[in-house]
Order: sequence, then C-alpha cells, then structure tokens
Amino acid sequence: MMRHLLSIDDLDRDAIERILARAASFAEVSGREIKKLPTLRGRRVLNLFYENSTRTRSSFEIAAKTLSADVTNFSPSGSSVAKGESLKDTVQTLSAYDPAAIVVRHPHAGAAVMVSRWTPAAVINAGDGKHEHPTQALLDVYTLHRRLGALDGKRIWIVGDIEHSRVARSDILAFTRMGAHVTVCGPPTLIPPGIEALGATVRYTLDDLREADVVYALRMQKERMTDAYIPSLREYVARYQINGRRLGPRQVVMHPGPVNRGVEIAGEVVDSPQAVITAQVEAGVVVRMAVLYELLAGARSGAPEPSAPVLA
Amino acid sequence: MAAPMLTGMPAPGVDLVIREAHVLDPNTGLDGVHDVVVRGGEIAEIAAPGTATVPDGAEAVSGERRHLLPGFFDPHVHLRTPGHEHKEHIETGTRSAAAGGYCAVVAMPNTDPVLDSAPLLSALRDAARRDARVPVGFMPAITRGLQGTELTEMAELRDEGAVGFTDDGKPVVSAGMLRRAMRYQKLCGGVLALHEEDPSLSGRGVMHEGEVSARLGLSGIPSLSEAVMVARDAMLAREEEARTHFQHLSAWQTVEALAAAKAAGAPVSGEASPHHLLLTDEAVLSLDTRMKMNPPLRTERDRQAIIAGLRDGTIECIATDHAPHAADEKDVPFEEAPMGTTGLETAFAAVYTGLVRPGILPLALVVERLTAGARLVGLPTPRIARGAPANLCLVDLETTWQVGESGYESRSDNCCFAGRRLHSRVLLTIAAGAVAYRERSFALSAA
Ligand SMILES: [Zn+2]
Repeated sequence: MMRHLLSIDDLDRDAIERILARAASFAEVSGREIKKLPTLRGRRVLNLFYENSTRTRSSFEIAAKTLSADVTNFSPSGSSVAKGESLKDTVQTLSAYDPAAIVVRHPHAGAAVMVSRWTPAAVINAGDGKHEHPTQALLDVYTLHRRLGALDGKRIWIVGDIEHSRVARSDILAFTRMGAHVTVCGPPTLIPPGIEALGATVRYTLDDLREADVVYALRMQKERMTDAYIPSLREYVARYQINGRRLGPRQVVMHPGPVNRGVEIAGEVVDSPQAVITAQVEAGVVVRMAVLYELLAGARSGAPEPSAPVLA
Repeated sequence: MAAPMLTGMPAPGVDLVIREAHVLDPNTGLDGVHDVVVRGGEIAEIAAPGTATVPDGAEAVSGERRHLLPGFFDPHVHLRTPGHEHKEHIETGTRSAAAGGYCAVVAMPNTDPVLDSAPLLSALRDAARRDARVPVGFMPAITRGLQGTELTEMAELRDEGAVGFTDDGKPVVSAGMLRRAMRYQKLCGGVLALHEEDPSLSGRGVMHEGEVSARLGLSGIPSLSEAVMVARDAMLAREEEARTHFQHLSAWQTVEALAAAKAAGAPVSGEASPHHLLLTDEAVLSLDTRMKMNPPLRTERDRQAIIAGLRDGTIECIATDHAPHAADEKDVPFEEAPMGTTGLETAFAAVYTGLVRPGILPLALVVERLTAGARLVGLPTPRIARGAPANLCLVDLETTWQVGESGYESRSDNCCFAGRRLHSRVLLTIAAGAVAYRERSFALSAA
C-alpha cells in the first residue's frame, strides 16, 4: 500500500489498474441521485495550492467531499508567503490540524517530495513545477481505457511544449507503463535533451501523425514566444496545430485544458466527437476519489475492501 | 615588501615524535616506515623506525598501521565571512579544514560585502590571525562587487597579501574585461582563478542538463556552458601569457579543452572537486538539495573524464569548493535551494574510499593532487622534509565512519556525502607547526 502519490514512478502497473478499477466503481456512484459515500467521514483533506488552478483544485475538492471528507482550501499566496513563512513552516503548521491528506500544487519541482518529509499526512502531488502531475496522468489513462480498452501496443503522440509540461512527463511514464508507445513531438527548442530516457520517441514534425491512435495536444503558452523558444506563434500554429487537415477519422484527441482554441488545437477538433476533453474532466473526479481511497481508506481500516462502494 | 600570503594560527611550535608511521609524500619521494620528529614547529628529523631522538618534553604519537601524509592544501573554500556567518565563519571553516587534514586553505571573495578592497582584506587577515585554526589565504575579486565591469585595485590588494583573484560564484562574462585583468596581472602577479560558465547557456538551470533533468522537469545547465568558456579563456590566457586556473571542472568537453590548451602552451591549470569525482546527476533523482551545486553533478561519462584528467595531470589538483549553507536554506524544494555542498571534512576519506581503495587511483597520486593547489597559487607545497615547516596529517586508512554520525566541525551540515560509510579517518593535523586538529578518540602521550 502506498503512502503518498508524488510521481507516477510510485505506481507499478498493478497499482494503476487497481486505481482504474476503483475509479470505475465510483463512476457508477456518480450516476446515482445521492452522490455521497461515507468512506472518509470525519477525515480532513487540505488543498495546499501555491499556484492558481481552479480546475485541479475543485476536482480534488469534489472528489474528497463525495467521499465525505472535510476539505479546506489553503492558498498561501499573498498571506504567509509575503510574510516570509517557508513551505516547511506552513506544512508543519497545517499538520497540527491532523489532516489525513495534503494535496499540494507548487510552482517548483520537488516541492511535493519535500512536503512528504515534513508531515505525517498522505501527500498527493497536484503538480510541482515542470516535474509531474500524476493524477492528471491517471485520469488520462482512465479516459483512454474507457474509450479504447487496454493501451498495450497503442501509439500515443504528445504534441507541443514538452519542456515545460509536467503533464507530458507523467503521461509518458503512465502510458508506457500501461504498454503504449509514446512519441513526443514539438519544436526542438521545446523538447528537453534526454527525454528519450523516459521511454518516448522524439519527432520534430507531424508528418507521421497518422500512425497515432491518440493525439494529445499540450497547451502552448504565449510566454514561450517572448522567451525566444519559438520564433512566433504563427509559425508554431502552422507546423504543430492539431486540426482537421492533419487528423485521421479514428484518432482520439486529448488536451489537459484549458484549451487555446485556434492555437495548439483547432476549434473544430475540440468540438468533434474525436475529442475526449470533457471526458477527461469528468474522469478527474472519480480518479481522484480512487487515489484518496487508495491512500486513506484502504491503509487505515485494514478491513477487507468492499466489492462495491456503500451508499450513504 | 608585500605581505606574506597565508595568515592565521600563531604557531606555538609544537614538539612531538610520530613513531613508526608509514610516511608517504610523493613530493619528496618518501614511501616507507619512519619516525618523524617535529621540533619548534619544523620537521627536525626523519629517522629509521624506533631510532628517533626525542626532544625534552615532547609528546609521542604512535604511527603504527597509520599513514603520515603532507597536510593538504585547498585553493578553493568558502568561509562565508563577512556577512554570512550563520553559514560559516573563519573559526568553524578552518576547524572543518583541519579535521579534513588540511594545513591551509584559500577563501573565496563572494561574501557580503564582496572582498574587493584592501581595507577589507586587511580586516579579514586580522580576523584570520585571531580565529583561524589553519593558515588562510584570501583571493579578492577580479572585478568590483563581482559585477564584471571594473577591475579591483589588484596591485594594492597584492601588496596587502592577496593570493590571487577570482570572481568565483560568477564567470567574468566579458572577454574584454578578462583580457584587461590578464594584462594588469603582469603588473602585480597573482593567479587568476576562474569560475567558468556562460550564463546564456546556463539560463535558470539548477542541475545538469540531461536525462535526469528531463525526467525531473528541472531546468538544465549544459556541459557546454563550462566548456565554451574554458576554451575561450584558455585562448586569452595563452595570448596574454596570464597564469590562469580553472576552478571546479565538471564536464568531459572541458577536460578536452583544457588538455588542448595545455598542449598549445597556455599557462593554465585546473581543479576538480571530490563530488564531481564521485557522484553523478543520478544523485539528484532523490531531489535531495545537498546534491545541488554549481557546476552541477554531471554524468558518468563526465565523471570518468574528470578522473582520467586527474590521473594524467590535465587536472592538477583536488579542491573541495567547500560551500556551507544553513539548514533552513537547504530545507526547501530543490529549485529554490542555494547551490553548494560542504566538503573539507570528507574530501580525503571520500576520494580514498571511492577511488583509491577500488584501485582506480594510487594513494600517492591522490596525496599529490591534494597538496598541489599550493603550487598552483604560487605558494610552497606542504612537504615532509627535514627543515620544512611541519604541515602534516596522520590518517588511519582502515577505520570506517559514517558521514555526519557525530556531526560536523563546519557550521553547516549540507554535505553531499552525508550518511555514506567512508574508509579512513584523519587523526591528527599539524598546520604550520601547530596541532590544528586532533580526533576526539585519539590521544597523545608523553614521550
Ligand atoms: Zn565557483
């Protein structure tokens, strides 16, 4: 039983499959009228977000509340940080509230690992710098599983700014662990040297995009232009945009959101049935419920796991 | 007449006899069991085992199954004084040095304020005279405030006892500026020690650029950042015939560039740190901030090239780049942590354990590289010879210890070797004729 979720590397294939199965069982509950389970009643989950992310934070919040946990959102930006309080001080202070789990989002790689050393709570990495975003990767795997079945042998292309993407890193690890072949594609300036070591193939053009079963577009930020990673957004769009001209009819399209319509992905693709972007958002809640369950409920009770969740 | 360049530790001139130690000094060719007599702070006699004449009131030390080496010399340490005494100060830094077997160190100028003026140098030398456990030399900055735009008063600083000049912590980005320093050096002498890095290539990097940085999503510092600057500055040094020393080399391309520059006749030298000789960027996978240093830990290929360079003399010496930080400064996410690891207390044991015991480098070569820093900065090399000042360290090669298990002499605990089990322990350090360090369990007795 794992104690934290800091990286996809913490999970072997069995663990990922267990989370997928658990998420699927929670998905049934979401279909029912009373969307609440007593599993984590009386336990505290703290969302510690040093970076704004309404999507990820509310997804964790809904997941924890659906399991009847008490959720507190803590956004230190402006308050204690301005007063010079260190991350360690903050975490130790919050630990005094005896949280069962701390969900942490931080602009710097390695923050979640450090937090896990400073608190007895289970720590979930909700994105640390350019490093990882493991629950995003799990919900991506879950979404694809639902759409395509097992990922063994599937070809997945991740397109765009790989260098600055924690989603790309976690996805490469998770997809390859589930048996898929992963290709990363983007401007050479946005592909970090050494990324092949994670198990991905590198391409600089979309010429062979048709071989992909899944096309995963990443958000392109305008700052990349001003930082001189790319000459212009125009040239980026011309070479790397996922649009109807480039896509085959059966390819599944993903995006971690929020989408820049008309930049990394054409509007018509976002709205097409090939895109599973909304399904990814829905999957976020059940997958995060499953992660909380794995970390908190299973570990604590030691009781035999219920075959189906009990309704409140 | 210029001031002597090393200051500190008013020597009481100890008298002692070290009996039957294996004396190893590659600088004098000694390699065998001898008695060594220290009298009035000098090496008075090197005699056959059991035959030394013992001065009245001298202490005796058993050297049996122990090695007596020349004291080590570190041309690159950070004593953090003035301004960062919460990390280290002269007393703790030199105590740490003595505990590592060092008989002298050279302190870097990236302090607050920056050591870039003669009055400050004078004040620091006074402080060292009071507080230092081993003699200290100071290298003031090449450019005022390490800003890279105006030369310091190099001639006056030399008169005040500056060993040489360095902007360590930063490169001299402007080639024109460095060339001017090299030309001015003709007036005043003193080695120019260079921290080599091209900021436009290093960017916001926090570790080596490669597979591990790609994995961790950390911005990388490419090896080229160091190598292109060494190539550039070696060319300047050759043209200006300027005595130039490259600090903390880390990349295989740099070793190639340095070898080529030497072959072309450039008056250049280089140093490597124990951490670059023993660790790679794989150590960063743990996100342990003690593994964050500049230049960063690089790959196995780089490490092997640094070892090969040290073996064949392309890299002449081992320097620790002892860089202490306070615990709370390192207890932060990796990207936020300051760069640097301590190293004085572990240098010999780490290199002995990692390179000598496995047969990768001979002990004599390592001892030579641990003393060669003195020659490179224009100071006398510590040596075991009759009439020489006593700069010695006695080590037990068989003892093992765990780094950090009983704390550190340094004020800081950010040691990249923490927790490692190392072979060999420094028992006694004699610096400039005085006992600078004695291991707690190690007793001297009346002769
Ligand atoms: Zn440096």
